[in-house]
Amino acid sequence: MRTSPIRWLSAEVTEIVAETPRVKTIRLAIPGWRRQLPGQHVDVRLTAEDGYQAQRSYSIASPPEEDGVALTVERLEDGEVSTFLTGELRVGDQIELRGPLGGYFTWTVEQGGPVALVGGGSGIVPLMAMVRHRAAQASRVPMHLLCSWRTADDVIYRDELARLAARGDGLVVTHTLTRGAPGGWRGPTRRIDREMLREVLPGPGARPSAYICGPTPLVESAATLLVSLGHAPERIWTERFGPTGGVS
Amino acid sequence: MMEEDSQRLDGNGAAGVLQEIFAVEMTTASCTCDGCGRVSLVGALHLYGGAMGTVLRCPMCGTLVLCITSGPKGHFIELRGILRV
Repeated sequence: MRTSPIRWLSAEVTEIVAETPRVKTIRLAIPGWRRQLPGQHVDVRLTAEDGYQAQRSYSIASPPEEDGVALTVERLEDGEVSTFLTGELRVGDQIELRGPLGGYFTWTVEQGGPVALVGGGSGIVPLMAMVRHRAAQASRVPMHLLCSWRTADDVIYRDELARLAARGDGLVVTHTLTRGAPGGWRGPTRRIDREMLREVLPGPGARPSAYICGPTPLVESAATLLVSLGHAPERIWTERFGPTGGVS
Repeated sequence: MMEEDSQRLDGNGAAGVLQEIFAVEMTTASCTCDGCGRVSLVGALHLYGGAMGTVLRCPMCGTLVLCITSGPKGHFIELRGILRV
C-alpha cells in the first residue's frame, strides 16, 4: 500500500461568491494541492490568536478539472467555523486545510452510470462536484439529481443546474420544496418520499449508483426507501452531516 | 451506551484523522466486524464524534470497531472490534 502522509496546507482565498443569504462559495488557491476526486472533502482548521483551534469538514464543490478548490459553506447559527468562513473571511486571507479526504464517497465518469444523486440542502455540494465533473468530461452518462430544499430561495447552484440540464445530454435535475413554493413552481412540494424516489430516479433494474448526502434523518430515510424499492444496498453511498453540521 | 442514532455520521467523515494515523487513505479499506462478521468499507461504518474523540461502529450490529481518543500529545487508538483490515 502506498503511504500518503497527510499535512496541513495553507490556502489563499481568491474569490467569495454569495449563493444565498446563508451560503457562500469560497474559492481557494492551494500550493501543493493533490487533485481531488468528485465527492471528496477537506478538513478546515482555524486557529485563534490564543491558540484555540476549531476544525470542521467541508465537501469540495468544484470538479478536479478546475484549478484550485471551491468550498460551498452554509452558515450554521451556532457554527464557530461556518460563521467565520461565511462572515469574516475576505479575499486574500489564508486558511489551513488538509485533503483531499475520503475516497469512499466518490464518483468519476469512468465508473459509468446511471447515477442517482439525492441531496438535502447543502448536502448537494459533493453531488455538485460529480455533476460538474461529468459536464467537464462531456460525459453522457445518465445522471439524475434530486434535491430537497426548504424554500425556493434556499436553492443553490440553481441557474447552473438549469443550464446543464438544458443541454439534454442525460442530466435530469429535480428540486423539491418542503416549506411552500412560489407561484408557477412546477416541481414537487413535499419531503422526499418513496413515490418521489420511484418517479424521479432510475429504477433498480437499471442498477444505478446512488449517492445520498444531507442531514442524517434525510439520508437514512432516503437510503432505507431506496432499499425498499429494490435498490442494492451495496450500490448506495451515504454522507451524513448530522442534524446541524459536520461534513456539508 | 449507544450514541443517539440522529447523531451518527459516516466513517468517511473520519478520513482526515484516519489518514493522519495510518498514513494511507482508509475509507476505501474493508474491515471485518469482530461482532457479527460483516465486511464493511471503513467509509460505511457509523461514525460518532464528540468531545471524547472518534468512535466507529459496525453498521450492522453496532459493535465498536475502532475508537480514537485525541489529545494534545497525539491520538490513542483502540482497534477493538476489527477482525481484519
